[in-house]
Amino acid sequence: MKEFIFKSFEEMTGKDYETVGFKSGLEIHQQLLTSKKLFCRCPAGMYSEKYDAEILRHMRPTLSELGEYDGTALMEFKTKKDITYRINRDTICTYEMDDTPPFLINEEALDIALGCGMLFDCSIVDELHIVRKQYLDGSIPTGFQRTAIFALNGKIPFKNRQIDIVQMSIEEDSCREVSDSGHSRIYLADRLGMPLIETVTGPNMKTPFEAAEVAEMCANLVRSTNKMRRGIGSAREDVNVSVDGGTRIEIKGVPKIGRIPLLTYNEAMRQWNLLRLRDELHKRKITKDSFSAKWEDITRLVKKVYYQPVRSAIEQGLSVKCVVLSGFAGLLHWQTQTDTYFSKEISDRVRVIACLTNIPNIIHSDSRGENLTSAEWLNIKRAAGATDDDSMVIVWGNEIDTDTAVKEIIIRAKEAAIGVPSETRQALRDGTNGFERILPGPDRMYPDTDLPPTRITSERLEKLQVNLPEKFWEREDWYNQLAIPQDTIRELSISKFAKLFKYVVNEWKINPTLAAVALIQYPKRLKRNGVDVALINEEMMREIFKAYKDGLLSRHGILVAVRKSIVKGKFYSELLPKPVTTKEIDETISAVKEEMKSIKLFDEENTAKVLMGLVMNKVRINVEGKIVSEKILNHI
Amino acid sequence: MNDNNYKGYRGKALSVLKNFNAQVWSDAEIITANCNYKGIILPRSETADSFHIVIKLRVGYNIGIAADKVLDIKIEGRKEAHYKIPEKEFPTSPNKPKVKLLCTGGTIASRLDYRTGAVIPAFSPGELYSSVPELAHYCNLETEKLYGVFSENMGPEQWIGTAQAIGREIEKGVDGIVIGHGTDTMHHTAAILSFMVQNSPVPIVMVGSQRSSDRPSSDAALNLMHAVKTAAESNIAEVMVCMFGPTSDYYGLLHRGTRVRKMHSSYRSTFRTIGDIPIAKVSRDEIIPLRHDYKQRRKDRNVIINTSFEEKVSIVYYYPNMKPDIIDSLIDNGYKGIVIAGTGLGHVNKPLYPSLKRAHEKGIAVYMTVQTLWGFVQMYVYDTGRDMMELGVVPAANMLPEAAYMKLCWALGQTNDPAKVKEIMLTPIAGEITEREPSNGYLIYQGGLPEVEEFISKYVK
Ligand SMILES: [Zn+2]
Repeated sequence: MKEFIFKSFEEMTGKDYETVGFKSGLEIHQQLLTSKKLFCRCPAGMYSEKYDAEILRHMRPTLSELGEYDGTALMEFKTKKDITYRINRDTICTYEMDDTPPFLINEEALDIALGCGMLFDCSIVDELHIVRKQYLDGSIPTGFQRTAIFALNGKIPFKNRQIDIVQMSIEEDSCREVSDSGHSRIYLADRLGMPLIETVTGPNMKTPFEAAEVAEMCANLVRSTNKMRRGIGSAREDVNVSVDGGTRIEIKGVPKIGRIPLLTYNEAMRQWNLLRLRDELHKRKITKDSFSAKWEDITRLVKKVYYQPVRSAIEQGLSVKCVVLSGFAGLLHWQTQTDTYFSKEISDRVRVIACLTNIPNIIHSDSRGENLTSAEWLNIKRAAGATDDDSMVIVWGNEIDTDTAVKEIIIRAKEAAIGVPSETRQALRDGTNGFERILPGPDRMYPDTDLPPTRITSERLEKLQVNLPEKFWEREDWYNQLAIPQDTIRELSISKFAKLFKYVVNEWKINPTLAAVALIQYPKRLKRNGVDVALINEEMMREIFKAYKDGLLSRHGILVAVRKSIVKGKFYSELLPKPVTTKEIDETISAVKEEMKSIKLFDEENTAKVLMGLVMNKVRINVEGKIVSEKILNHI
Repeated sequence: MNDNNYKGYRGKALSVLKNFNAQVWSDAEIITANCNYKGIILPRSETADSFHIVIKLRVGYNIGIAADKVLDIKIEGRKEAHYKIPEKEFPTSPNKPKVKLLCTGGTIASRLDYRTGAVIPAFSPGELYSSVPELAHYCNLETEKLYGVFSENMGPEQWIGTAQAIGREIEKGVDGIVIGHGTDTMHHTAAILSFMVQNSPVPIVMVGSQRSSDRPSSDAALNLMHAVKTAAESNIAEVMVCMFGPTSDYYGLLHRGTRVRKMHSSYRSTFRTIGDIPIAKVSRDEIIPLRHDYKQRRKDRNVIINTSFEEKVSIVYYYPNMKPDIIDSLIDNGYKGIVIAGTGLGHVNKPLYPSLKRAHEKGIAVYMTVQTLWGFVQMYVYDTGRDMMELGVVPAANMLPEAAYMKLCWALGQTNDPAKVKEIMLTPIAGEITEREPSNGYLIYQGGLPEVEEFISKYVK
């Protein structure tokens, strides 16, 4: 293994990431903007914390199609959770409750998905097969997610190379977790069953920042269809990270792209440090085969300790157990992530698998914090038969859970002698990550016998192709040539108005900057003034540009026309400012000249300029400046 | 060449597979013009089209590839599915009651054949133990596969065979019997067993599942635990149906075999006692009787098995505008008994009267039940009812149509004498007719009402 010690996040260079063999891939989830859910006809996108009924379920592992149990499934079964779903009658029907078989797939959602597949230059599958992907954490009441691959083998250009799009699937969204404590987990079902697509990239990103950039690109590409749902929770990323010698680890549910760099940095560091830990163990002659551990019930010994968590466990009549990890002295304090140590890996497993969710759930003899007194540790050390070379881990809880915990502590410690265990991990707020579950394998996929396969015809794809947006990066190249304002380029390139922009610039020869500003900046300006800009539509803007092109509206009149159209819901020609006649302009100029007589100008040379300004203030939205300035020249 | 090697494939897809000698379960790379797919070639559902090849990709997903796009198939190996449910020896203990599980089919403990959707059942105690190890808490379990049929294919042969098997097991000394059964016709079987098996000294518990056990959230395991606990420990020596009370994994209800009915096509809590209340509530830890008039468990083995059965009996579900030819065709086809599910208190239209009269004259037993399911037949209230009774139509009190049908089959199997048939039909044997309908025997709460919603919000559904 290469000699390398992780630097701080800010100090790490591209070269450093190359040294550790950083690799990252993405699984990007994006909800589709449909009116109904994917496999039932419940309304989509209605979220509320309110619920009017609860359902209790348990999950049991089942055999896969190939006759095997999945690793995750067995882990989840060990945890034996009571799972409660909070449901709202307006958004949940008997399908999501798993009391009615699925209805046929939502064709609107499938069309949107197929369009996205083509945008990523994928091969679209000829026949869609819905499969059941098991989730025994209970996040879906059926115990599985209905999902189907609809596209494979795509690509997007990135920095003179290409990012592989491995596969895309269409699937139903899961519940939101409300709480998870002890043997009880609560889910809110409002998001359940929403259609979403998952886009999986190859492990082609070489730094944490590339991972974020590609995530942004993929998100923008599908958003450019304007058929993606927006808002909190509508887009989520799972990020896969590995380093040389490490393992592909999946960090689940990253809610914001901006958090990807720090999260992937910490995961790369964790893997690197776990590999260094393995080397250290091997140096100490601890391998997978020579690893040894033992445990002892020490409830009797700690009856009088002062340390509060253990003390209250004793008061509640719970058990206290001590695991001795032979030869591990000092290693529980081995750093894994920023301010995070190997003991956290153990504590996480105890929390998730043994359901001992009150933190701290373990203490250990390598700890530098306050827990037991040295006399108490000594006492336990003797009773458990530990030596100075060993580490001791103490855990407390009921008999069954502490039995599970002891087993998990030993399993996780032994894994340290092997390397980086396959896991999915959850993104934490501080940029580190914690254990979520054992990485599920392909054994958890089952065909869904409730639904027939769907043939995807080439006619269907041809129809969808016609309405696909151009690639946003191609649009951006063109916008740069047109030299429209930089801050409109990205937004316009994925905007629902991109097609209209192209049309009015190419066909009506409208000034590109004017068009870009009207389509991107004006709505923002109006939004700041409290106008509901969601009501602006393409038809409205087209009519306004047409009026401008026909000379019925001045450049300055456009904003006013947009605002008025929003109020009316549509652009009417009656909304146009009354056209100003030549006579009226002349009258205005004369009136202003009259006013100016009372103003003493510092420099007579400026008369025309000042006159122009004052006149334009009065007629700005009705007439172009050019016409006014010509008139003024005549007047002077 | 064995067609099993290309299971489910036809037409174009079959010829392409054969061309490349690519049998199902091949670990293969399928090459098309725009994409190469690596995975296992799966058998295809016989009902699917003949144009696609199904492959399970390495990531576990399945997709269908158009056969006419395939340029080449490279076979790299073979990975055949083995559906064996792992077997672990069912632990026995001399102190635990002996329970016999008789399987007739259904999805109580099983896994799915991905191809046809058919269910591969777990039957042996070892398989059951590895799927539902909790069963060993309650009993020493023995199993016997009587039949392997879907619920809708149950018929007289299976009913008679099951009743005889129950008799045998009781004589052998079991402490309780569980019958695994598909749910669709579970209440039909429960009714006929209630008549064929009389004076049972032990519980006879029918059980199934609404979500097959290949699903993580299946109700099968919990239903099975409830049923086995009831058979092993309960004091109720009757034929019962044991299925979910609420849709939640919470408790089961024990319904009397003659008063139970499947009331929803897919809900877990589909079985309901009609016109009465269930016998008891059962959870993994306890059995709580809801009433006390059930037949008690006994030590003796004095069971009476009477498997008489007449097959020429029909149910007619009456609808307005029904024409007499419906009844006539039954008469002309030699039917011996007709159960009518009439409207309201038990009515049919006048045009049917001559045919009903003809049926009566031919000695056909005609009994009236109500399609409202709840409530009694009452043919005295209106003249039309009285007219019909004069035509020989016998009101069947508050027997459920399916229970009345089963009882009429059973009665006609014993005698052709209309008076005797009538005596059998109208003498309650297993709760199929009750003297009174308690006021809480009909409770279908109406969703949307504030007080109902309040109730629902307080208890798990
Ligand atoms: Zn729904």
